[in-house]
Amino acid sequence: MSEGLFSKKNIGLLAGPIGSNNPITVQVLGICSALAVTAQLKPAFVMALSVTVVVAFGNVIISLLRNTIPNRIRIIVQLVVIAALVIIVDQFLKAFVYDVSKQLSVFVGLIITNCILMGRLEAFALGNKPWPSFLDGIGNGAGYGLILIIIAFFRELLGSGTLWGFRIIPESWYIANGGFYSNNGMMILPPMALITVGVIIWVQRSRNSKLQEK
Amino acid sequence: MDTNGNKYTFIYASAMVILVAAILSITALKLKPAQQKNIDIEKKQNILSSVGIASTFADAEAIYAERIVNSYIVNFSGEQIEGNAFSIDLKSERAKPEADRKLPVYECKTDEGVKFILPMYGAGLWGPIWGYVSVNDDMNTLYGANFAHAGETPGLGAEIATKAFQEPFKGKKIFDGSGNLVSIIVAKSSETAPAEHKVDGISGGTITSKGLQAMLLNDFTSYKAFFTKKKQ
Repeated sequence: MSEGLFSKKNIGLLAGPIGSNNPITVQVLGICSALAVTAQLKPAFVMALSVTVVVAFGNVIISLLRNTIPNRIRIIVQLVVIAALVIIVDQFLKAFVYDVSKQLSVFVGLIITNCILMGRLEAFALGNKPWPSFLDGIGNGAGYGLILIIIAFFRELLGSGTLWGFRIIPESWYIANGGFYSNNGMMILPPMALITVGVIIWVQRSRNSKLQEK
Repeated sequence: MDTNGNKYTFIYASAMVILVAAILSITALKLKPAQQKNIDIEKKQNILSSVGIASTFADAEAIYAERIVNSYIVNFSGEQIEGNAFSIDLKSERAKPEADRKLPVYECKTDEGVKFILPMYGAGLWGPIWGYVSVNDDMNTLYGANFAHAGETPGLGAEIATKAFQEPFKGKKIFDGSGNLVSIIVAKSSETAPAEHKVDGISGGTITSKGLQAMLLNDFTSYKAFFTKKKQ
């Protein structure tokens, strides 16, 4: 008997990577891009969306081809699929959200090297049917994106006093305007993204005993 | 079917590569017009920025259409020649001998009269640098400048793209009192130069600063005949 589209197992595929099996905070994959594009919310969101699209469709394509792929060149096949999808995403960004694509610059191209992608294709899509693979891709993309957005939220708020480009901290609070407040310039720099990731991992581990090492 | 045989692997790889190449080519072709439009808008923003007009991605085209009253191409002897100034590719023009170069000029209407905007193109430390410089109608005093770069070092050479670096160009002179072309000296702190020709370089970005200085000298030299003609 075939199982339903949203059976318990399938929901687990979707929800796992968002929570207890998160690619960034638990598997510690895809860290580099998480540091690079999270100074502001908008590029972080676009990056998260791009990675989700690439990993979901990459998973589906590899899963559809899984029985035909020659074993000896499977990594090359995976790379070609990912690279093609990334180039398509990059072309779309350049055509429709030019300013964001300029901000993301090389990091869109570097989605190809994001370990989450190869990891999911090799570990999941090669051995599973298209629908679970699609859910697994969406789940991992969302898990990655969620962490990116949390980091970007704190970095943009504390580093620039804005969210999504809108001013949150009133201008009149700033020392330059006779107030008491000043932005934390450190938050703009990549090291603070790493520290923010660390804090997120700490919070997650302290709340989830399964993740704690003995 | 044996999916591990050599023949199968070869055919599989070849078919996949051809298919992917076809898909990518079609995508690139279909999206090209939309991408080119974005690049053009950005160029218009940069041109406007050299006369101190701020524009957003949305309103740049309208402002450009209103402010840029004329654009044309001149040659090395300052004569106007046929062609569309906006579509000139500076990189390929710089590769030609000076006498054959096509030099674009944009005339911009501002609150302080008509300014002449000249595109510049040169080499920084890691790659190309370019920009737009606007000149008053005395054909000598700079009205503003906007520079950009492909990949200069962030915090050092990349500072040429900041307001703090570009602002001091305003009011500087290209020619000295006796009409010789001096251009602008992007000086290190130890260098001396007449104040009206000197802007401060970037500490730690000397090669980019000097590249920018060479770019300005080169391109002002190309436009020299045009300046002389306009002054008369």
